[in-house]
Amino acid sequence: MSLESFAPAIAEIWLVAAICIVLLVDVFAGERRRGLTPTLTLLALALGAALTVQYGEVARRTLLFEGLYVADELGWALKLAGFLVVALALLYSRSYLENRSILRGEYYVLALTALLGIFVLISSASLLTLYIGVELLALSVYSMVAFDRDSGVSAEAAMKYFVLGAIASGTLLYGMSLIYGLTGTLSLSEIAVRLHGPASPGLILGLTFIVVAVAFKLGAVPFHMWLPDVYEGAPTSVTLFIGTAPKIAYFALALRLLAYGLAGVVAEWSQMLAALAVLTLVVGNVVAIVQTNLKRMLAYSTIANVGFIVLGFVAGTPEGYSAALYYTLVYVLVALGSFGVILLAASKGFEADRLDDYRGLYQRDPMLALAMMVLMFSTAGVPPFVGFWAKLRIFQVLWESHHLWLVVLAAAMSVVGAYYYLRVIKLMYFDAPAGALPPTARSTGVRFALGLNALAVLLLGLLPGPLLDLCARLIR
Amino acid sequence: MPHLLSILIWLPIAAGLGVLLLGDRNISAGRWLALAAALVTLALTVPLWGRFDTGTAALQFVEKLPWIPRFQAYYALGIDGISLPLIVLTAFMTVPVVIAAWTVIESRPAQYYAAFLIMEGLMIGVFSASDALLFYFFWEAMLIPMFLIIGIWGGPRRVYATIKFFLFTFLGSVFMLAALIYMYVKAGDYSIASLQALPLTLVEQRWIFLAFMLAFAVKVPMFPVHTWLPDAHVEAPTGGSVILAAIMLKMGGYGFLRFSLPIAPDASRELDLLVIALSLIAVIYIGFVALVQQDMKKLIAYSSIAHMGFVTLGAFVIYEIVRATGSTHGAGLGLDGAMVQMISHGLISGALFLCVGVLYDRVHSRQIADYGGVVNTMPVFAAFMVLFALANTGLPGTSGFVGEFLVIIASFRASFWYAALAAVTLILGACYTLWLVKRVVFGAVASPKVAALEDLNPRELVVLGSLAAAVLLVGIWPAPLLKVMQPTIHHLLTQAIATKL
Repeated sequence: MSLESFAPAIAEIWLVAAICIVLLVDVFAGERRRGLTPTLTLLALALGAALTVQYGEVARRTLLFEGLYVADELGWALKLAGFLVVALALLYSRSYLENRSILRGEYYVLALTALLGIFVLISSASLLTLYIGVELLALSVYSMVAFDRDSGVSAEAAMKYFVLGAIASGTLLYGMSLIYGLTGTLSLSEIAVRLHGPASPGLILGLTFIVVAVAFKLGAVPFHMWLPDVYEGAPTSVTLFIGTAPKIAYFALALRLLAYGLAGVVAEWSQMLAALAVLTLVVGNVVAIVQTNLKRMLAYSTIANVGFIVLGFVAGTPEGYSAALYYTLVYVLVALGSFGVILLAASKGFEADRLDDYRGLYQRDPMLALAMMVLMFSTAGVPPFVGFWAKLRIFQVLWESHHLWLVVLAAAMSVVGAYYYLRVIKLMYFDAPAGALPPTARSTGVRFALGLNALAVLLLGLLPGPLLDLCARLIR
Repeated sequence: MPHLLSILIWLPIAAGLGVLLLGDRNISAGRWLALAAALVTLALTVPLWGRFDTGTAALQFVEKLPWIPRFQAYYALGIDGISLPLIVLTAFMTVPVVIAAWTVIESRPAQYYAAFLIMEGLMIGVFSASDALLFYFFWEAMLIPMFLIIGIWGGPRRVYATIKFFLFTFLGSVFMLAALIYMYVKAGDYSIASLQALPLTLVEQRWIFLAFMLAFAVKVPMFPVHTWLPDAHVEAPTGGSVILAAIMLKMGGYGFLRFSLPIAPDASRELDLLVIALSLIAVIYIGFVALVQQDMKKLIAYSSIAHMGFVTLGAFVIYEIVRATGSTHGAGLGLDGAMVQMISHGLISGALFLCVGVLYDRVHSRQIADYGGVVNTMPVFAAFMVLFALANTGLPGTSGFVGEFLVIIASFRASFWYAALAAVTLILGACYTLWLVKRVVFGAVASPKVAALEDLNPRELVVLGSLAAAVLLVGIWPAPLLKVMQPTIHHLLTQAIATKL
């Protein structure tokens, strides 16, 4: 095996190297040069993206490492998205971490290991790699949630996340073992070949466990219990992290495992997912209405959005998967911005996580309010913002696969959803500020990035063609 | 001038963004920019009207650029005889809104002008889109500025009103979107022409018709989904009420003519009595409701609902005419009447809301009881108010007469009773409008505030004067308007009467 043949895995290889470098540099830099690690991490991410663009692209689907690892255009694009999203997330978080005295090198190292987990997951071609990816990502994220070790709420959230996550991992592993027992192989493409014809009870059992695990990871109802608590309890910077890059990974998990590996039993799992999607849409949207905490509200909004992503899978066609991919990417872009706004609104000793903290935000900080308004209208699915196209695409694949009632339900639920997004806009624009609140963060660079983020939501909404085409091309 | 429609859409939007960038600090420049943009847009509709070929029903001023190749969706514009008058109305009504706000809007004026200019562009986009996806894009995008206009510059219950407005319209539109996508999946592209040509079974047509009806009935608004309108009108600032009444309601009527009738003709024929019944309820029941209102804006809002009932009545009575007489003779009058009624109601209701705005700026009350004897202190204003009120009752010689008259004649061909019930509005409309005028304008001076009133300033005089001229022009000489619409109405009638089965 020549050295060039490893080129498609350049993203992971570079990331492992970067993790070691950042860890070492952080140890030697010591307390006085705290600012070095964040900059170095961003540099590493930029370099990683550049290397991936330069060397990581593959002309066609290639298997590496004895068939454990697959390199394809989808993986390549998702990894680039991962680099970008994590870089933005870390950029938005910096001053928040500083204000809470948790700006430590380990935070950045954990973010990088989580990203490595995401990459492994994205490129997995076997159940084994898949599981390693899932666990690497999950363990890094558990520790990030508990990162503010003096905070009781964070510790509780981390504990809850860990215990429930461990159960989900167990479920996943058990489901995988059943599938392995039935097919005698760990390779996803081999499983796809060997699974056909009517599904046996054993297969259905294994499938159920796998669907449960995927639903847990995505946060679909009724396996969503951890999500609001973790979103609310974790430091906001961590919520931002959990809410964005891992969603791409879990999309890849569902795609590689269900859509590719278990394609033979698509009829069975798509029915299970349909039931989950209905519950997810209803619970997510309705419960979000009564929240008073913005982070918790966005958590339920995440659940509602997951419902739409799952609907894309319910269609069970490449069109459906590409719609789900599009929805995921759009969702991540919007979630980055919305949590970014919370991070900018927060300051030392002030979390800015209650909805009431956003009363009259327009008068305190027009630019932040404008960005948040764009993001909220986008998630509500109002043109000209990109969230509209994501919903439209899901409706379209549901029609194509003849799911009349799911279209009606999804349409009705997007109206319910619109209400609580409008409420945020109402608080920011129509209400007067409630008392004296600490000023919002003034860091120009971060504001610029957030502005670009919101601008992207608008531009992708005006001209949605290229991203739609890309998503369709990636899934073939 | 190529790309005239694109210019009409994007010029106001660009100017709106410009005003926004100038900000509240440079608002005097911003105001002039807003006015200039509104006037230029209006001026550009002159060549639009002049070069419009009245001999054909085909789309004109066509523009087509690829937009989303994946969906076969195009940035496709084009107008026919029913879009053109509405575009001109939109451009015309934005000017008084900008002028009326000149000194009145004190908080965040830059955003106020920007919101209205952006609205103008989006509304012209709705009327000129010939691709259903583009249409929907503009249709929904329009909600955002209106939501902000009511929410930021509205009255005390503005938050309730604006959220109700948004959710009602959003609920309707979402199902329309679902119907559009369904047809796209069958037809393979989003152009309105190919949706109109798409063969559909009766069951499909029924569902599509109901989905469309939900969207358009909320916008018109028809009984029983009209409840958002009085709230929105009462709370909206003057300009918001004007645009809402003059243009946004017309989109519902436009939707019925552009989508419901040609796309689902058989379902329209089958369910026409539903629409006719709801229209007559709107005309009569809402007329009575208007009678008891204490708030001037609320009264005009209910009067709007009643008048818009004529639009839906005129559009759907054609099926009853065919059923009753076996020929389409005279059915065109119903559609003509619906269109003229839309234009006329746009002018009159806009003018009445501006009149209320004039009073409100001085007295800061919309309650009828707070006024009385305004004619003593504001004779010029009183003359205008009486003119618009008479137009609202459908006095011959004003635009209000033409539309109602055409619709009532058409209803007569269908059934005496439709005509008789519709004609109740002539009495009811006169009752609530003239009683309003009596209580507000005439009588003895009711309070020191009224005694201290000053008559119209030149700015207000220009605004109301131009609207009065338009109302009289359409009333006395409606022929050019009818001529522009004629081929399109004829074509629409054949589409609506034809069967897709």
